[in-house]
Amino acid sequence: MASSPKLNSNIPEGDLKDKWQNRLAEYKLVNPANKRKHKIIIVGTGLAGGAAAATLAELGYNVESFCYQDSPRRAHSIAAQGGINASKNYRGDNDSIYRLFYDTIKGGDFRAREANVYRLAQISGNIIDQCVAQGVPFAREYSGYLANRSFGGAQVSRTFYARGQTGQQLLLGAYQALERQINAKKVTMHERTEMLDLVLVNGQARGIIARNMVTGEITKHVADCVILATGGYGNVFYLSTNAKGCSASAIHRAYKRGALMANPCYTQIHPTCIPVSGDYQSKLTLMSESLRNDGRMWAPKAKGDKRPPNEIPENERDYFLERKYPSYGNLAPRDISSRAAKEACDEGRGVGPNGLGVYLDFADAIKRLGKQTVKERYGNLIDMYNRITGEDPYTQPMRIYPAVHYTMGGLWVDYDLMSNIPGLFVTGEANFSDHGANRLGASALMQGLADGYFISPHSVSNYIASVKPGKVTTDAPEFAAAEKETREKIKRMLSINGKTTVDEFHRRLGKIIWDKCGMARTKEGLEQAIKEIRALRAEFWKDLKVTGGENELNQSLERAGRVADFLEFGEVLCMDALHREESCGGHFRVEYQTEEGEAKRNDEKFTYAAAWEFTGVDSQPILHKEELKFESIHLQTRSYK
Amino acid sequence: MSDMNLTLKVWRQKSKDQKGCFETYKTLASEHMSFLEMLDVVNEKLERDGKDPVAFDHDCREGICGACSMVINGSPHGPEKATTTCQLHMRKFKDGDTIVIEPWRAKAFPVLKDLIVDRGAFDRIIQSGGYTSAATGGVPDANSILIPKERADEAMDAAQCIGCGACVAACPNASAMLFVGAKVSHLANLPQGQVEAKTRVQNMVTQMDKEGFGNCTNHGECESSCPKEISIKFISKMNREYLGALSHVQKSAAAE
Amino acid sequence: MNRDCPAQTSIGKKVLMALTGLMLSGFIVGHLLGNLTIFAGREWINSYAYHLEELKPLVWAARITLLGLVTIHILTAICLTIKNRQARPVAYAKKEHQTTSVGARTMALTGTVILAFIIFHLMHFTFRVTHPEISNSLDEHGHRDVFKMVVMSFQRPELAFGYVAALTLLFLHLSHGLWSLFQSIGLLGERTLPVAKKISCAVSFILYLAYISIPLTCYFGLVKV
Repeated sequence: MASSPKLNSNIPEGDLKDKWQNRLAEYKLVNPANKRKHKIIIVGTGLAGGAAAATLAELGYNVESFCYQDSPRRAHSIAAQGGINASKNYRGDNDSIYRLFYDTIKGGDFRAREANVYRLAQISGNIIDQCVAQGVPFAREYSGYLANRSFGGAQVSRTFYARGQTGQQLLLGAYQALERQINAKKVTMHERTEMLDLVLVNGQARGIIARNMVTGEITKHVADCVILATGGYGNVFYLSTNAKGCSASAIHRAYKRGALMANPCYTQIHPTCIPVSGDYQSKLTLMSESLRNDGRMWAPKAKGDKRPPNEIPENERDYFLERKYPSYGNLAPRDISSRAAKEACDEGRGVGPNGLGVYLDFADAIKRLGKQTVKERYGNLIDMYNRITGEDPYTQPMRIYPAVHYTMGGLWVDYDLMSNIPGLFVTGEANFSDHGANRLGASALMQGLADGYFISPHSVSNYIASVKPGKVTTDAPEFAAAEKETREKIKRMLSINGKTTVDEFHRRLGKIIWDKCGMARTKEGLEQAIKEIRALRAEFWKDLKVTGGENELNQSLERAGRVADFLEFGEVLCMDALHREESCGGHFRVEYQTEEGEAKRNDEKFTYAAAWEFTGVDSQPILHKEELKFESIHLQTRSYK
Repeated sequence: MSDMNLTLKVWRQKSKDQKGCFETYKTLASEHMSFLEMLDVVNEKLERDGKDPVAFDHDCREGICGACSMVINGSPHGPEKATTTCQLHMRKFKDGDTIVIEPWRAKAFPVLKDLIVDRGAFDRIIQSGGYTSAATGGVPDANSILIPKERADEAMDAAQCIGCGACVAACPNASAMLFVGAKVSHLANLPQGQVEAKTRVQNMVTQMDKEGFGNCTNHGECESSCPKEISIKFISKMNREYLGALSHVQKSAAAE
Repeated sequence: MNRDCPAQTSIGKKVLMALTGLMLSGFIVGHLLGNLTIFAGREWINSYAYHLEELKPLVWAARITLLGLVTIHILTAICLTIKNRQARPVAYAKKEHQTTSVGARTMALTGTVILAFIIFHLMHFTFRVTHPEISNSLDEHGHRDVFKMVVMSFQRPELAFGYVAALTLLFLHLSHGLWSLFQSIGLLGERTLPVAKKISCAVSFILYLAYISIPLTCYFGLVKV
């Protein structure tokens, strides 16, 4: 198989170990005095966007930063609980860059690009150094040294953490660095501003169209290049652990402008979330993977066992992860654990009011460590569970069920994190690059910060130095055209005046995708889903009800724009899932499984990243393939037994 | 599942410059709903009726982003301790309750619409000094800076602040000293934050005053409304840091 | 960033309040010790007053200092209160209080009433203009008969209970003010905060009891002329 000519992954020459150093040496630089003549637009202020904005501004570029929230500090990176991986080997447990690289490639079920992942492992240590220098209060041992914990999919302790709020602390570090640059007038911050379109001039990404969410004003912004750090598309499922405002709009609009969407079918279902309680449910709450360090997952052995958990004797419980995967046990990776939980529920052994749940039990941990220690380690999570469900995990096991958590797919990028559109960089969860078909726990923060602090600032500088994007203003006709389209779309949504609310459409879309493109996918189901999504999309444009006007703060209008994009994006997601006739990581096709029910890859046919090219809303996108070469690690069946 | 009938009195205000007033809505709620899910239901009904839904800030809905901000029956984030509005569940209310919902009230937090306020003042306070000036790269190995566990823990206690503004909303004087105290203390507790500690506290306090917040008169309301239970000991710590910095004269950055 | 004059910042003003409050509290203790000599008898309190008179320059220095402290305390309080009121231009329709005390919520009110009381108190006992008929007698040494003046004053219910009422407000003011001042000058931490609150209440209550013992014992005839 050869890669599509459209996809030049641009991987540097040399040994795997030397590739990043070689690339850094090749990169052209911009003279410090000239940096201030260049402007960079960065959309999103999470770890990837915030860190990049701070770093590029510090280097001397002018940065325009955008976020839809009221403050950059609220980006959803803040919600990451468990920790951040780094191959520091501080524990001396034989961790290394290679081992983190290996674990990530294997965890991703051999569907990630080797060179990118190796670079990620190389940079991981610098991230911890940087964050400590910023004053991130990581957990410490009594000796004053940094503490570590274990996480799923690894047999070493390489996860750094700050209580159950690691994402928050890392984000605040990046946010503070960003605020420092705002104060220095190097960053212009646009809060409560949503990107609505990408503008290309002469084939290069040169700006965006945005909407001020308070006044409704549509604004045009021009720059030398654009970085999208806008997160994942998990909310296409309606219910997910994402924040309510998370959307695919930025990457989807870029896709419609010609950027390729890669591997959208790789969606991660996190095993430990609080189960759905009713139709009004607006989001799902994650219970950190770190709980599986001490919690044991189980379901009753008997079908339909309605006894309270504490009355089910030990020999009638099935600790299914420990049974199926003895060497990793409760620390099996997320995709595998989620499927195992779903399997138990599908067999009729689920617990809770609707049978969609399994137990995560701390009784043994409390016996072994004492309640106090368990409280110290997981107190805030246990309290959160208690607030939401009204149940006390110290006396009865938690009920958990898998939920959409992270999306490995995203816009296709080369080694320099640039998409196929020159000048459009995509970082963090918004790109497809590092996690293959499944992401390991505590690796999202690592990728976001690696992209933001250490990779994109250099590759963007190189782009500006070598491409020398010329002078363009917002008077260019491309800006006017994009603005016009944006305004028309808004007007159209407001003028339908039908009967169905945005949320209703979103719920229905989410249900189609969760049922047919969730944890288990089939050909028939996916074909059906595509039909249903098309029908729903048609209905959306006929029967949508959005109240209020365009020139005001209008949250329904904001949501309508996002759902309109999800209704198109969802179809691409299902098409990708339909075309990938194998099971790997988070993509599980029922037709392709081993006799034991494990994912069965088809390396011969599918060792590639699938990148889709937009051809029109109702027409089939064109598939481009980037061949994945495994030179340092041999392709093998992924086993955690 | 037991449903409850509720009467909501909600502050409605079209925009920053227009006058607002309370409107009353009746709704049904399940005890398993979160408070915001209860409002979602109200909003969907309003939309179906062609009326403007109640605007409110929210995002992560898991108690960490700090976006949600409502004064519920006179308490910021509602009656449950250490809980943000998004994590407040309806089982804390009972059938027949009347619930008054208002935005944060402070001069420094002007209302933008309904229950949404502008908390940019907090960002500007952080801009004035709430950071260490560590440039990306060129920092020492993480384990070369040893920090006693107690200090790191105390820094973390302060750093947990989610910037929601409940402290200001709860304070009878609309003071932001808990917010500022938490950031000053977080960084002052760590060796990395020591170098700039004096200018930081001076600049942050100056900016806080400029934003029009009130002054702390030690009511302790901020602490008891804080969803992260941040202690007013950090206000004392800020005062101490501020007094310690009195003799410190800042050199103008222009002199470089 | 240009730094404001420290005394003009919020923390600077709080520290001013705290320091002047601390010194005024010191005066309250000293004043009480002097007053308690009444229980030792007419001789003691009259000679205490007489000796105080003899130290006139010192007394005047003290009075001017006190006047200065009170002025700073009050002016700063006014500044802070105005700023605090401005900080919330629209009031809540409904507001619950969680931890704040009556003392904390009424500082401005108690402070104002205490100021009025101090003025009356000075008119009453120091400048002796309110009740000249009982304030101007002399004892057998020809010294001013402070004992008689106090006892006879407090035999009148309106004065005795008026003083008790004013002292109750002073108690409220101190119960919040004492621990607050240590918080404002940054001396309190995790362990000391709750202790300081308790001590503050206890100390101000002891002061309160000691102070009101004078009008009450006089009124109920336990101390007689």
